[in-house]
Amino acid sequence: MWIFLVTEVLFFGGMFLTYTINRHEYFTAFGIGSNTLDIKLGTINTAVLILSSLTMAMAVWSAQVGKKQLVTGFLIATLVLGSVFLGIKVVEYKQKFDHHLIPGRGFDVWYLVDNSKPQTEIEKKHLDDEREELHKATLVDPDIQSHAQLYFSLYFAMTGLHALHMIVGAGLLIWLIKVSLRGRFTPRYNTPVEIVGLYWHFVDIVWIYLFPLLYLIDRHR
Amino acid sequence: MAEHTEHIVSPGIYVAIFFALLFGTGLTVWAAFQNFAQFNIVIALGIASIKATLVVLYFMHARYSPKRTQLVIVCAIFWLAIMLALTLADYQTRNPRLSQFASPAAIYNA
Repeated sequence: MWIFLVTEVLFFGGMFLTYTINRHEYFTAFGIGSNTLDIKLGTINTAVLILSSLTMAMAVWSAQVGKKQLVTGFLIATLVLGSVFLGIKVVEYKQKFDHHLIPGRGFDVWYLVDNSKPQTEIEKKHLDDEREELHKATLVDPDIQSHAQLYFSLYFAMTGLHALHMIVGAGLLIWLIKVSLRGRFTPRYNTPVEIVGLYWHFVDIVWIYLFPLLYLIDRHR
Repeated sequence: MAEHTEHIVSPGIYVAIFFALLFGTGLTVWAAFQNFAQFNIVIALGIASIKATLVVLYFMHARYSPKRTQLVIVCAIFWLAIMLALTLADYQTRNPRLSQFASPAAIYNA
């Protein structure tokens, strides 16, 4: 399993490399793109995923000490938390569709600023700040529309690949839950739980890096 | 694997690591809103690496694994470092357009 994870490290490593080069070259556009992400949802999702790693680790422990019912319980908890993560991700993706931030013909970084109808004074001020931000960014990088699309292409490729790994992990968990319901995992035989655990924690690690790299590029302005 | 390693990590350690990871997440969000100029990314990646190390050592039991497993992990990091370092060095020395929009300060001066 570890050897497989090594290949996965290099697989994701290629994406992180592409990201690094483009971020270095188009820092301003990447900052603009990053600031459109919902930091609350991102932070909640990070916490959800870390908690799911804890329940996964607890499932391994339960199997090692022979608490069969706890194994099933912790595996189900992990599956539920993984699904919550994916659900929140769907909400985030939906927002990007609504805000015309999907790379392609309809892409427009100005869409939100031009089409929002602020209700309160605070919202209005917030929107004015964003408009000024975009104007400044355009002065630095005249082709911000294309370069912001690069950011969103990488955002969807990286979070999408990560989500795909989560879906595979969820499938493995369903299989583990079925086996564990038959009481198969014991202190003598628990390698499948251990191995799926390694995979699950690896996917968690990928997110630990994705979160600051995608959500927190340029927040301090 | 589990049959060979015998060492069982206690739930107390798992919970402690969990809270350490949550703390790291909070810290990284807080740090992102502070202005450390070019060190923001260094701090963010530093915290992420500490979190990843905790996950590998305790959740993935690397600390209690056989030497051979630990060697495989070190190899993964080493090969990743080669890929990143050599490609970036190549980019840095070859592409004249690089860094055109690179300066985070550029937007303040605009």
